[in-house]
Amino acid sequence: MNKTQSKSHDSISDFEKRIMSPMRRGRFLKYLGASTAVSAIIVSGCDDDDDAPSMNASAVDLGSGDIGILNYAYLLEQLEAAFYEMAVSTPYSGISAAETSILTDIRDHEKAHRDFFKAALGSSAITTVEFDFSSIDFNSRASVLGTAKVFEDLGVSAYNGAGKLLVKGEYLLLAGKIVSVEARHASAIRDLLNPFTADYAGDDVIAVANGLDLAKSPAEVLSAAGSFVKNTVNFDKLPS
Amino acid sequence: MNLLKIISDIGKVDPEVYEKLSSRRAMFKHLSGNGVKLAAAAVPFLFGAALNKAYAQSSAVPDILNYALTLEYLEDEFYRSGLDAAGLIPENRRMIFQQISKHESAHVAFLKSVLMQLSATPVSKPEFDFTAGGKFADVFTNYQTFLALSQAFEDTGVRAYKGRAGELLGNATVLTAALQIHSVEARHASMVRRLRAEKGWITGNSNSGLPAAIYAGEDNVMQGGASITGLGYSAAAATEAFDEPLTPDEVLAIAGGFIVA
Repeated sequence: MNKTQSKSHDSISDFEKRIMSPMRRGRFLKYLGASTAVSAIIVSGCDDDDDAPSMNASAVDLGSGDIGILNYAYLLEQLEAAFYEMAVSTPYSGISAAETSILTDIRDHEKAHRDFFKAALGSSAITTVEFDFSSIDFNSRASVLGTAKVFEDLGVSAYNGAGKLLVKGEYLLLAGKIVSVEARHASAIRDLLNPFTADYAGDDVIAVANGLDLAKSPAEVLSAAGSFVKNTVNFDKLPS
Repeated sequence: MNLLKIISDIGKVDPEVYEKLSSRRAMFKHLSGNGVKLAAAAVPFLFGAALNKAYAQSSAVPDILNYALTLEYLEDEFYRSGLDAAGLIPENRRMIFQQISKHESAHVAFLKSVLMQLSATPVSKPEFDFTAGGKFADVFTNYQTFLALSQAFEDTGVRAYKGRAGELLGNATVLTAALQIHSVEARHASMVRRLRAEKGWITGNSNSGLPAAIYAGEDNVMQGGASITGLGYSAAAATEAFDEPLTPDEVLAIAGGFIVA
């Protein structure tokens, strides 16, 4: 394994980064199952985060197969919808009419996505998830639009990464219909933050070498979204 | 750990042994993994070797890649020509189009390289006429015409990729790459639409002066058997929230007018 030592640094530091943010026990279990090489770090991180999960929010199990992936999408759409509902109902100071219009449109799209998944999943749908937005200053333009940018880019990367995990073409098409709308949102939000530059499709998200957008695994996405979700989320059974 | 073991093996095993060690699906997962930094030179090699084995017999994947390549050729040449046309794009908007142009060039190169790794032949670049036989005669002298066609190509590109994603199910690597291009086109589309004082998203089948075929079907409110308007949303929100696909025939009907040969 000598050869692996230097190359594995990147992986280890990624794990460390995840551990720096609040995580849920279900996620630790997932990582423990995936890797013994980094288990020591994870276990030591566990102690710091033992009290992170809310005592009130129920545990959420995304399930397996295509249903699991749809529930994963439903969870992310719930997150986005709840965020934009707050952003629109408590607008930041100095918000422009154009910004209100864009945020209101996006709120409606995310709510429509959320309600669509709930309807499509029927009795297989996860519960309504509870969110902790205490890290966001809803009175601050930079905080709201900065968070919107993170959520939209994350949503794009999540759908891009989840496509290959689906079995049914019908579900893949539905995911495709939604992901391009998330990408449209990301572009608009990024342009509000840094108008008329290259940032709407910036080099931080689109690889310069091949022009490809981000694609992330459920584990990566959920650890990034984890600090906003009160419920313990178990995604152990998702396809990978 | 599986993943670390595989990295350690890359230097010492050939791709055949490599594939025996790891299922193809698992390997692709590792290749796209966030924390995994494979030696840059190893990636295309492994990518091509595995793709070849699995898909050399099937023409569906090369066909789709060549379809995508044709659209990317069109976009690439369109933006190059636009950026080369003196006085067309206002100075304070050039950065936006330089970024699009950079992506379309990268997509062309990427799709060609994937095709060659599949031992398939990339189609040659067609000859384009961006005036579409004179219909858009001022495309490279009138910024508004240029913007309109840019919107047309980006929104059509989004719909075209979406329309063929299902055929790539079962080829995780190519499917993911196609999705990763698809969302870049959508980011472009949103920006260009907003430069035209349109919303970044598509409301109903409104075509803002462009050929109606480009937005035909975007007024659909039924998704997966559920009516989105029935869930309490306006037709505007319901159609904006979901982008619709186009079939190759529909795309050809739109793009064909710009292809001379």
